[in-house]
Amino acid sequence: MSTAGAAVEAIRRLLGKDLVILRRSRLLVGVLVVYPVAIALLIGLALSRSPAKPTVALVDETLPGQTIEVGGQRVPVSAYAGQLLGQVQARNVDTRAEAIAQVQSGRALAAVVIPRDIVARIESGFRQGTLEVLYNGDALEQSLVRSELNSALAQANLGFSEEIQRAASQAIGHLLAGGNLGELGGPANAVGLHEVPGQLRAIIARQPPGADRSSLERIERLASYAAQNLSLARDVLSTVGQPIHAESRLLQGRRTPLSSFAVVVAVSVSLMFVCVLLAAGSLALEREEGVLARLARGLVSREALICEKLALAGGCALVLSLAMLAGIGVFVSLDWGRFGQWLLALVFGALAFASLGVAIGALARDVRAASLLAFLLSLPLAFLALVPSGAVASGLYDVIEAISFVFPFKAALGALDAAVNGAAPSIAASLAHLIALTALFSVLARVGLRRLE
Amino acid sequence: MNPAGAGAISAGRAGEPLLAVHGLGKRFGERQALRAIDFAVAPGELVAVVGANGAGKTTLLSIVAGVQRASAGQVSFSPVLRGGRAIGWAPQQPALYARLSVRENLRLFARLERLADVERAVDEMLGQIGLRERAGERVERLSGGNRQRVNVALALISRPPLLLLDEPSAGLDPVHRGHLWEMVGALARRSTEGPGASVLFSSHHLGEVERYATRAIVLSDGELLFDGPPAALVAAGGGKGGLDEAFVRFLAERGRR
Repeated sequence: MSTAGAAVEAIRRLLGKDLVILRRSRLLVGVLVVYPVAIALLIGLALSRSPAKPTVALVDETLPGQTIEVGGQRVPVSAYAGQLLGQVQARNVDTRAEAIAQVQSGRALAAVVIPRDIVARIESGFRQGTLEVLYNGDALEQSLVRSELNSALAQANLGFSEEIQRAASQAIGHLLAGGNLGELGGPANAVGLHEVPGQLRAIIARQPPGADRSSLERIERLASYAAQNLSLARDVLSTVGQPIHAESRLLQGRRTPLSSFAVVVAVSVSLMFVCVLLAAGSLALEREEGVLARLARGLVSREALICEKLALAGGCALVLSLAMLAGIGVFVSLDWGRFGQWLLALVFGALAFASLGVAIGALARDVRAASLLAFLLSLPLAFLALVPSGAVASGLYDVIEAISFVFPFKAALGALDAAVNGAAPSIAASLAHLIALTALFSVLARVGLRRLE
Repeated sequence: MNPAGAGAISAGRAGEPLLAVHGLGKRFGERQALRAIDFAVAPGELVAVVGANGAGKTTLLSIVAGVQRASAGQVSFSPVLRGGRAIGWAPQQPALYARLSVRENLRLFARLERLADVERAVDEMLGQIGLRERAGERVERLSGGNRQRVNVALALISRPPLLLLDEPSAGLDPVHRGHLWEMVGALARRSTEGPGASVLFSSHHLGEVERYATRAIVLSDGELLFDGPPAALVAAGGGKGGLDEAFVRFLAERGRR
């Protein structure tokens, strides 16, 4: 048998042995199977259901049926409250004291009090309506409820401003066109401002030169100027409601829906944990049981041993990741036409993670140390790889980028995102990166295996 | 086997001893574990390495087995030893897959040794170590003594020309200790096919050294103090009593323990 043939045969024997050991390690297999399934279900449920709305106690102190006049239209206060609290789970209570009790007992995250004078203040046109917001809870809850209410208030204010802008625009239209200006407190059959310059010019033409004609000409110029500028004012009003409009343009990459990206993150995290833990644990077990020295004394080369662990961890993780993608596919629409690319990304990602695992396993003295090291290393690396640019100072971000570059998570995430969502950069670049990392960590593992005890 | 290291192990010339150790030294930081050790093992010899705890017996065997690297010196093997398969090694702590059965362990290593008839070799070895009835049991459920029997069996299964056994009888009851030495002795005996296997073993049971070893090497604080037949060690220790007493006297006379 050739050297290569003997190595393949040895790898096959060891792989069979490891699968038997895995089959007998029920707890480990259970965790390895349950973990990705649980992650898949959690992601799927999180993406397919809207988030729960925070409960907010609502006290409406205005008179029953009271309305607010906005832009010539009367809106019931209750409708405004409904709009305001559309983003939260509103629980109506009768008194302010009752609302406070609800917040203090934790039954409501916050309370909103609509004061009795709010209608008068808004309709006055020169005073702001003021809502009272009471909240409790920890910093996270406070942040959540404040964010929700601020967002709701901004929406409601925008609604008001649009109503006012529409009413103002209508009034200007009436002034320009003329007709019945009764709604604006004007005469029933008024001439429109647009018509005034023409009519004045006709009158001026019939006037002899003199002081009256000069006065009429000055009035005509003013009327023309007013008509032109009021027309412009209508356009200006339309921009007041939304002065800034964002038009987004993607320079690099491709728009990936958040749900699809979440799928990619979930699969990458599972792939990483299964591969790193299994590879590190199985290699450390060889040393812990003292068999490493027996094997490496000529029965199996260290390179073959590393290849066997890569195959074991990569193979198991590949099967689980594919099952996980299939599970998530029930909840989220995935493009199964790209299956070939998924497979490539998963295979190379699994090999890179497994090589990190064997490097850890080769350096650790026992399974516990290897598992702990694998966890301690993997989790922060995954978090670091997900830090968006701009979230931290640029110098720190450069450090994070450099760290992420020499570990497989970011490259695997990129490859899988490119495979599943067609995101940039191209899958080829990510695969090349993963191959380089696989080689690097395999070399480190080989160095670690120089010590047999 | 072709382990490398500062004290490199190289193949010797034909006709020379199966194993030759020249000027072997090993340092762990500040501590000198072995100092300029020289000895050789001829075909068919059973050489015992004896010494107090920490004398350097396991370090010496580990270096010869290629598990540890020497800091100085050289270990040479006869060309008849081809690769690791020609050298059987049983470490002091049983090196076995705990979640595999006795038979699965033997079968795996017999296959990795690429034996021609794996099942026959496994069955024979199970019979020799007296664990045929428990062949299907996982190693993790065996007693320490039974694990040690499997540990030694893995070293013997390919019937190698050179055996390195680090305290092979540790944890064995007297009956199984007797069986073990019968088995090793049979392997070492000259047959019509040629000289038997050479065995280099360490032991604290000086009675079995006296009974089975053809030569004894005494180590103390990493130094080789004696190399000769057990009877010569008894004589060097005053010639009274057994090897146990002679060994203690031998060390005491040299200010060692």
